[in-house]
Amino acid sequence: MKETGTRYKAVVIGGSAGGVEALGIILAALPAGFALPVLVVQHLHPSDDGGFASHLGRLARLAVVEPCDKEIIERGKIYTAPANYHMLAERDGTIGLSVDERVNWSRPSIDVLFESAALAWGAGVVAIILSGASADGAKGMLAVREAGGLTIAQDPAGAGSPAMPQAAIAAGGVLEVLKAEDVGRLLAGLNFEPLRGI
Amino acid sequence: MDRPGLEPTEIDLLLEAVFRKYGYDFRSYARASIERRVRQFMASGGFASVSEMALKVLNDRDLFSRLVRYFSVPVTELFRDPQVYRAVREQVIPLLKTWPHFKIWHAGCATGEEVYSLAIILKEEGVYDRATIYATDFNDEALERAREGVYGAAKMKEATHNYQAAGGKASFSEYYHSRYDAAAMNAELRERIVFSTHNLASDSVFGEMHLVFCRNVLIYFNRGLQNRALGLFTESLVSGGFLCLGTKEDLRFSEVNSFYEVVDRKARIYKRKAAL
Ligand SMILES: C[S@@+](CC[C@H](N)C(=O)[O-])C[C@H]1O[C@@H](n2cnc3c(N)ncnc32)[C@H](O)[C@@H]1O
Repeated sequence: MKETGTRYKAVVIGGSAGGVEALGIILAALPAGFALPVLVVQHLHPSDDGGFASHLGRLARLAVVEPCDKEIIERGKIYTAPANYHMLAERDGTIGLSVDERVNWSRPSIDVLFESAALAWGAGVVAIILSGASADGAKGMLAVREAGGLTIAQDPAGAGSPAMPQAAIAAGGVLEVLKAEDVGRLLAGLNFEPLRGI
Repeated sequence: MDRPGLEPTEIDLLLEAVFRKYGYDFRSYARASIERRVRQFMASGGFASVSEMALKVLNDRDLFSRLVRYFSVPVTELFRDPQVYRAVREQVIPLLKTWPHFKIWHAGCATGEEVYSLAIILKEEGVYDRATIYATDFNDEALERAREGVYGAAKMKEATHNYQAAGGKASFSEYYHSRYDAAAMNAELRERIVFSTHNLASDSVFGEMHLVFCRNVLIYFNRGLQNRALGLFTESLVSGGFLCLGTKEDLRFSEVNSFYEVVDRKARIYKRKAAL
């Protein structure tokens, strides 16, 4: 698959059990100067106090931010949903947070982020669902797909907990099934012309 | 989401209609969240479109009341973010003590868990009797539950844990009595609390306050409405009074930032500077 990158506006990623590992692989593959914002929902313990964001910050070349409400979304930054808050993309390019009820027993919920991203950026969304023992994200993947975005599931065979990518695939919203390493490579290639000879 | 192009406009019309007919202003709420609520309410009521729902809401006051309650999101917890209560105990109460009498305003108190939590801290610090506590929300039903102060027994385990993390000095079970599968907060915690309806989008200033708690309410507002609410707090706080926001709400980008100094950045506690 060859993607030129210009049509994409944002990457959204959802993970649960086993997701942190896959996330590390993907985010570490993004080059400095990556031209899209990356919004991440990882199911966390409600008392996580920025520890997850710091962990990702050590792996990634891009800046990792645990955003405040209304933070302006910038290209080339990674935004992780704070524990106990849903994170939504707003059409005006800012981040919205909410403490609405849990969705799929989760807050933050992947569906909440993905559905808001589909409304905010339509076909400009790249959505990735990673390992997890839940069905969160399946509806969100479908919403992104219906809006014309690119949807990728981590290959269940290589996922620590295959249920979540499987649920997304079963719901019909998944366009590509890839290993975490290949997701990283695909993202890194989205916005950069491949080097000559590679 | 069949007609993504049309729906946002229909939602604008719904919110405008609700404002004109009932005077409740949701036009300045954070957009992604309110859209989500609209769509869920629409699905739960079996409406085919937002426009159809808007017409029904305009002609049916009960349906409107249900919509308002649905928009209100009264989700809260006893001792949510324990470190915040610890910071209040250690950094705010010693200064509140310097006033012979002080007033506290919980704006957007939902079903009251936050109000009882702070009341417990005030008791333990020996200053409860010097306080008058105003607990307000625009959701009458939530306020009624706040007044009753009866919460699910299933929540007490986490509440106990959080109470301890907040530096609780007693056993949490001393503050409530169990009734079947519910826990009723002690009536004496309520003695100095006044519950009343107040809408941050349309009502005006509420007395002279020494401490304003407004946590996880501003996230539901857009910048304009956030500034309105923060303006009310700034106007009502005495100089040296305190403002406590939700842990993901920040004064830095607001219009009132220059009126405050930071007391505890993580706990989002600010102090009103002396008026110039
Ligand atoms: C998520 S709850 C927060 C409860 C509590 N402060 C906490 O942090 O746990 C938000 C509350 O804000 C209230 N609220 C929303 N808009 C309001 C307005 N315009 N005026 C007053 N209260 C409002 C809602 O009714 C709801 O009870």
